[in-house]
Amino acid sequence: MIEVDSISFRYREDWVLQDVSFRVEKGEFIGVIGPNGSGKTTLLKILYRLLAPQKGEILFELVPIKKMARADIAKRIAVVAQETQLLFPFHVVETVLMGRSPYLGHLMFESEKDLDIVRKAMEWTNILPFSQRPMDELSGGERKRVFIARALAQEPEVILLDEPTANLDIHHQIDFLDLILTLNRERGLTIVMASHDMNIASEFCDRLILLQGGRIYKVGPPEEVITKENIESVYGCQVWIDQNPISGMPRISLLKRGVIKG
Amino acid sequence: MNNGPWSLLIEFFNEIWMKIVTLKKVLTVSILLGLLLILVILLSITIGSVRVPPLRSIRILFQAVLGMKGVGSETERTIILSLRLPRAILAGLVGAGLSVAGATFQALLRNPLADPYILGVSSGAAVGAIIAILLGLGISSFGLPLASFSGALLTVLVVFYFGRQDGKIHPNTLLLAGVIIGSFLSALIMFFISVSQKEELHTIIFWLMGDFSFSNARAILIIFPYILLGVFLLYLRSRHLNLILSGEENAVQLGVDVERLKLVSYLLASLITAASVSVCGLIGFVGLIIPHSARLLLGPDHRLLIPSAALLGASFLIASDTFARTLLAPVELPVGVITAAFGGPFFMYLLKTRKVIKTL
Repeated sequence: MIEVDSISFRYREDWVLQDVSFRVEKGEFIGVIGPNGSGKTTLLKILYRLLAPQKGEILFELVPIKKMARADIAKRIAVVAQETQLLFPFHVVETVLMGRSPYLGHLMFESEKDLDIVRKAMEWTNILPFSQRPMDELSGGERKRVFIARALAQEPEVILLDEPTANLDIHHQIDFLDLILTLNRERGLTIVMASHDMNIASEFCDRLILLQGGRIYKVGPPEEVITKENIESVYGCQVWIDQNPISGMPRISLLKRGVIKG
Repeated sequence: MNNGPWSLLIEFFNEIWMKIVTLKKVLTVSILLGLLLILVILLSITIGSVRVPPLRSIRILFQAVLGMKGVGSETERTIILSLRLPRAILAGLVGAGLSVAGATFQALLRNPLADPYILGVSSGAAVGAIIAILLGLGISSFGLPLASFSGALLTVLVVFYFGRQDGKIHPNTLLLAGVIIGSFLSALIMFFISVSQKEELHTIIFWLMGDFSFSNARAILIIFPYILLGVFLLYLRSRHLNLILSGEENAVQLGVDVERLKLVSYLLASLITAASVSVCGLIGFVGLIIPHSARLLLGPDHRLLIPSAALLGASFLIASDTFARTLLAPVELPVGVITAAFGGPFFMYLLKTRKVIKTL
């Protein structure tokens, strides 16, 4: 579905991404992991063409995305970013309606059909009860759900998530990820998620991309990527890896310095 | 009972006051504010230092609109049709223009303190105007608005030349360029003021405070197309201005060609500002408080905000100008004094009474 073909990107002097290539298949749940500054967020921004790579190209269903119209990209790829600014806050329902923007073209106002799509998206994400509240009165978890609803209103094929669980408590993390997983499994939505939380990535993703210093260190299913050797080499700290007793997926435990000799 | 006209009316208003902006809502609000504007215009042409009975003034106006000539003396017709009406229309256009430009700058810069003068357009207009005044062009000549319009446009070009980096507009860079060029031009203004003669000084000061006493039909013809077209073209972009309010990346994610939107909107708002200040000087406060007032009353959606700010701004400036020319009649005050004196406290009142305001 998405083919990333040896892209390199730099903001000014130094390359932030170098010779990155991978494929995302339809219906996959991909996790992008790696240390701070390894290029996760930049990679996501390149995937929806907020940034254009200096080398290489990205094909979306065999079409180079640099040839696609902005609105067409927004109809197929939705983004849930870390935080958006809330100057002059809109209400929840207005925010979700903005997801219809790529479909409106030169039209000024949403149609009944748009309202129906938005209502369904709000039902799915369970935000109808507070649809009339202003965005700045919501909690972090509620706000995340609103942005998922907005992404769903775009009727995309792919959703890009940038650190979606960063400021949520574990209850809201699970709520949010279950919702994403349902969308992935039941609706066949393709998900690409950048995350710092390797336990979450290991538990929910089909495949992981491990970045180090702007290059791909390893791509594969969690069992192959999250190993003691890989993580210690990329992050430069000691970790303990065993299996989650319920799911059998790799599980990382942090260690104090010097707990394990050698 | 349920299908009576009453319940239909209630249903209509329920729909209008839903949280989302619909065409019906925009039209209803626009019609109501349009009626307010007409009322303000009618009031302003009946009030003045020369007393013309209100009903007769209104009849003179309507008969002129219908192309008839009946009521009133020649003098009365001249006062109503050649003095007060053009002045009210001009004040309305400027009020609408400055309000829409202010709302646009606030959205593009994502800064609640932004107003139409923030990029230095006003200082450029002032330098142009002052040069024209010092060259001896009178306040009612064609040269004054032309000179200040040129000064404003030149400033816009310079600010954009310095404010853009690798073909992109960064709000903070642009803001910085605008503020710095504005202060440089202010230095020029100070210099010109310090070397000017006494008679010129009065004209310059009035121009700097904003004044409609130089208004004439020709001024209206000059700015009419710029403001109307500018506001219309900005209105077409109002849905995208909503998206950019939550950040430029956010707008890109929703399919907006952000660089193009910014370039066109900045230029349109600057052009509206340049046209407005060139005919009446620097009228402050309108472009700051009217967008905020409209936003507090009707929400941040630009599809509703732009038309309502335009209509409210027009009414507000016409009313202010009516005060300016009648408060100490026959002496006229600069209208900028009135907008600041009334606008400031009113805005404070809005800030205090609306409990949710985290934008300032």
